[in-house]
Amino acid sequence: MSKKCYEPTASWKDLTPGGVVYDAGNSAEFRTGDWRSDKPIYIKDKCKQCLLCFPVCPDSSIPVNQDGKREDFDYDHCKGCGVCANVCPFGAIEMVDNND
Amino acid sequence: MAIRERLSGNEAVAIAMRQINPDVVAAFPITPSTEIPQYFASFVNNGQVDTEFVPVESEHSAMSACIGAESAGARTITATSSNGLALMWEMLYIAASSRLPIVLNAVNRALSGPLNIHNDHSDTMGARDSGWIQIYGETSQEAYDNMVMALRIAEHEDVMLPVMNCYDGFITSHAVENLDLIEDENVKAFVGEYKPKHYLLNKDEKIAMGPLDLPPYYTEHKYQQHMAMVNAKKVILDVAADFEKMTGRKYGLFEEYKMDDAEIAIVVMNSTAGTAKYVVNQLREKGVKAGLVKIRVYRPFPVEEIAEALSKCKAVAVMDKAASFNAAGGPLYTDVTSALYAAGATVPAVSYVYGLGGRDVKTTDIEKVYTTLEEIAKTGEVKERFNWLALRD
Repeated sequence: MSKKCYEPTASWKDLTPGGVVYDAGNSAEFRTGDWRSDKPIYIKDKCKQCLLCFPVCPDSSIPVNQDGKREDFDYDHCKGCGVCANVCPFGAIEMVDNND
Repeated sequence: MAIRERLSGNEAVAIAMRQINPDVVAAFPITPSTEIPQYFASFVNNGQVDTEFVPVESEHSAMSACIGAESAGARTITATSSNGLALMWEMLYIAASSRLPIVLNAVNRALSGPLNIHNDHSDTMGARDSGWIQIYGETSQEAYDNMVMALRIAEHEDVMLPVMNCYDGFITSHAVENLDLIEDENVKAFVGEYKPKHYLLNKDEKIAMGPLDLPPYYTEHKYQQHMAMVNAKKVILDVAADFEKMTGRKYGLFEEYKMDDAEIAIVVMNSTAGTAKYVVNQLREKGVKAGLVKIRVYRPFPVEEIAEALSKCKAVAVMDKAASFNAAGGPLYTDVTSALYAAGATVPAVSYVYGLGGRDVKTTDIEKVYTTLEEIAKTGEVKERFNWLALRD
């Protein structure tokens, strides 16, 4: 069975009985980013690539590329907890209101 | 050819389980259901079945082990009574909502307290809205037959719900009666192989069960359960029709005893129906048009069918071997009167709570109910709607 996600408009006839998930390991499909009230902003110019931020992210929302450099946030899954901004020694992560 | 035997209800059910040879049995002993895992453990030990028997440390664990096994794809059966069922409570709902076709032999016993080991229906009545199909049997024969039919109902694609096979503790579970067993090979052929569509041990489809179900989907999943219950009615009747072809024994959603021209009737469940049928026969000899409805399938509740069966009567009494503590009538009374109201029937219906904690139900007690019904039929007047039978006043 192919990867399948249900939208909140799905009829009871479409859902799997008992809510069984036929594709295990699909939690990335669940966009938890919309739970966010505060939003981290990545200020690339101030970032020294020390990489203190990415291991403390509880949602694995700071991607690190093949060259070992961090990239901008994965806003589909970042819940805006602000731990990354707190550990950054260079002020390269700023928390703002999510609606701004 | 059927095998004529004399067995207790628990022995008969354990034999049905041996004939079915399920993949897993997980159970914890509690009176009066203890004999089922006890007999079954001996079948395992003697090599008569190749079932994985899991002797757990509590009923909560028993139902949890059943849920794990059934999720894995194993055909799973258990048994319990009374407080054992109460300890399963949380997991009963998990089993039903996860759509796991487990079969539980629920040997009816009063729920403590005060502590009482004898029969009434307070245990399974409490679980009536847990999402399990509930089938009730009057005799050892019916307990055996319902066990043989239960898996086919539970595992049917349109149903996929767990089933409770309910019968009276001691009265049916321990009293030895004559009955007809079905040959092993015929039971095996009737029940068939269990081939679940989705299961955890399928290496080709890695599924996850029991997920978090948030507000956008929970209602739709509950409606699926509701529709499975709606579908169960037809499946139960289809399975019963096949069973009748094999054995000649006919089962419906309920049994109507001398109801064709009945003017007064009682609605009752399980072993008391036997006593009440005797009273009906006595009354018929005196020319009283008495009848009886014995509920077999309580969940799903046969709403339209019950209303139709009773609507021609002049007075009806609904007998509950459990109190609801709603300061009114018992649970069966509530269901029956609700069915009558929905059908627009105006037959007067009274409630009798009776036989709690194993109190003997005598023919003279049942006669009193019919005498009251005769008065109501004559006058159209209900003096007391909510009654406790044989209560010392």
